[in-house]
Amino acid sequence: MDEFQTLVDADERIEPRDAMPEAYRRTLIRQIAQHAHSEIIGMQPEGNWISRAPSLRRKAILMAKVQDEAGHGLYLYGAAETLGVDRAELLDLLHEGKQRYSSIFNYPTLTWADMGAIGWLVDGAAIVNQVPICRCSYGPYARAMVRICKEESFHQRQGFEILHTLSRGTAAQHAMAQDAVDRWWWPSLMMFGPPDDQSPNSAQSMAWRIKRFSNDDLRQKFVDMTVPQAEVLGLTLPDPQIRWNAERGHHDFGDIDWSEFFAVLNGNGPCNAVRLERRRRAHEEGAWVREAATAYADKHRRVSSTAGAA
Amino acid sequence: MSKRRDWPLWEVFIRSRRGLSHQHVGSLHAPDAAMALRNARDVYTRRSEGVSIWVVPAAAIVASSPDEKDAFFDPAADKAYRHPTFYDVPAEVQHL
Repeated sequence: MDEFQTLVDADERIEPRDAMPEAYRRTLIRQIAQHAHSEIIGMQPEGNWISRAPSLRRKAILMAKVQDEAGHGLYLYGAAETLGVDRAELLDLLHEGKQRYSSIFNYPTLTWADMGAIGWLVDGAAIVNQVPICRCSYGPYARAMVRICKEESFHQRQGFEILHTLSRGTAAQHAMAQDAVDRWWWPSLMMFGPPDDQSPNSAQSMAWRIKRFSNDDLRQKFVDMTVPQAEVLGLTLPDPQIRWNAERGHHDFGDIDWSEFFAVLNGNGPCNAVRLERRRRAHEEGAWVREAATAYADKHRRVSSTAGAA
Repeated sequence: MSKRRDWPLWEVFIRSRRGLSHQHVGSLHAPDAAMALRNARDVYTRRSEGVSIWVVPAAAIVASSPDEKDAFFDPAADKAYRHPTFYDVPAEVQHL
């Protein structure tokens, strides 16, 4: 495995057929699968508002965004498969609750403003997390991430635009935007994962260059980016302790309620059961389409091989 | 009904614009070539990233092995004379 670590240390990419430590392969499968599952589960909270989008323009944009999430899932399942697992196997693990998706999608989307808050905060946090993965040591994962990051910036901007419009609208619209930010702010900060001193796998992932920055560093970066944007929006982040710290050159912010994070992670969030149940049902109800397409392809293969024999 | 878990895997190659060659962009599962092409269009060209798509059954690709890369590519390693920079040319010579 020396050649493996030499390549990684030289900032070269590892490609599918290279020798790699089994633990590296397993870590990547788990991480990429969790990422892929997050993309397709993430279609649900937003799909919830497609039929109720306030205009045709907003509806077309939201459909494009949800379609992107499906595409991102497919890029990532494809990347995971280069490590020797089957997509069907990974979907089984998701449906059986044996692999996770991001906890953020276990929160409900109660109002139209949530489409704005998800785009601005959740996709914003995702971008901060994902940009460094574009330089991940595993080639197929890094390449998938380049495509995803390009598309995510549209997601974040459309979310910002929704909130900007609501914030400058009627008092009720402004209040709706503020309520959405109040509910999504803390869960978005939790998306970066537990604090560094409680994140046991981080050091190994850094040594393998799967991960480039620590959870706390990325979280700080996100806060620093977001605070001035909230001012432009005319909305308040629900943390009275946010203030600029000139000494650190960063914004200070309040303590995160990690008991909530772990409760949601362990299945006790508001929507865990609903998300998984709907995912399973969609898969089962789509079975006839997959079977029909397979039968059609099999039939045409038979017809053409018979024709070839004649 | 066959018992296989998923549709065959296809590798997708896209020509992003005229004048460039097709480049590998990723893979997908599809039951047949026609569905693979349509799915490739939806998955890999949602923002007009291509003017032409190839889909190739992944099983049909023959690849060199990374294990033998030294031996396999060695013959090219000691032939610096295949590069123009190998040759000493007087400084005053133009257009050479």
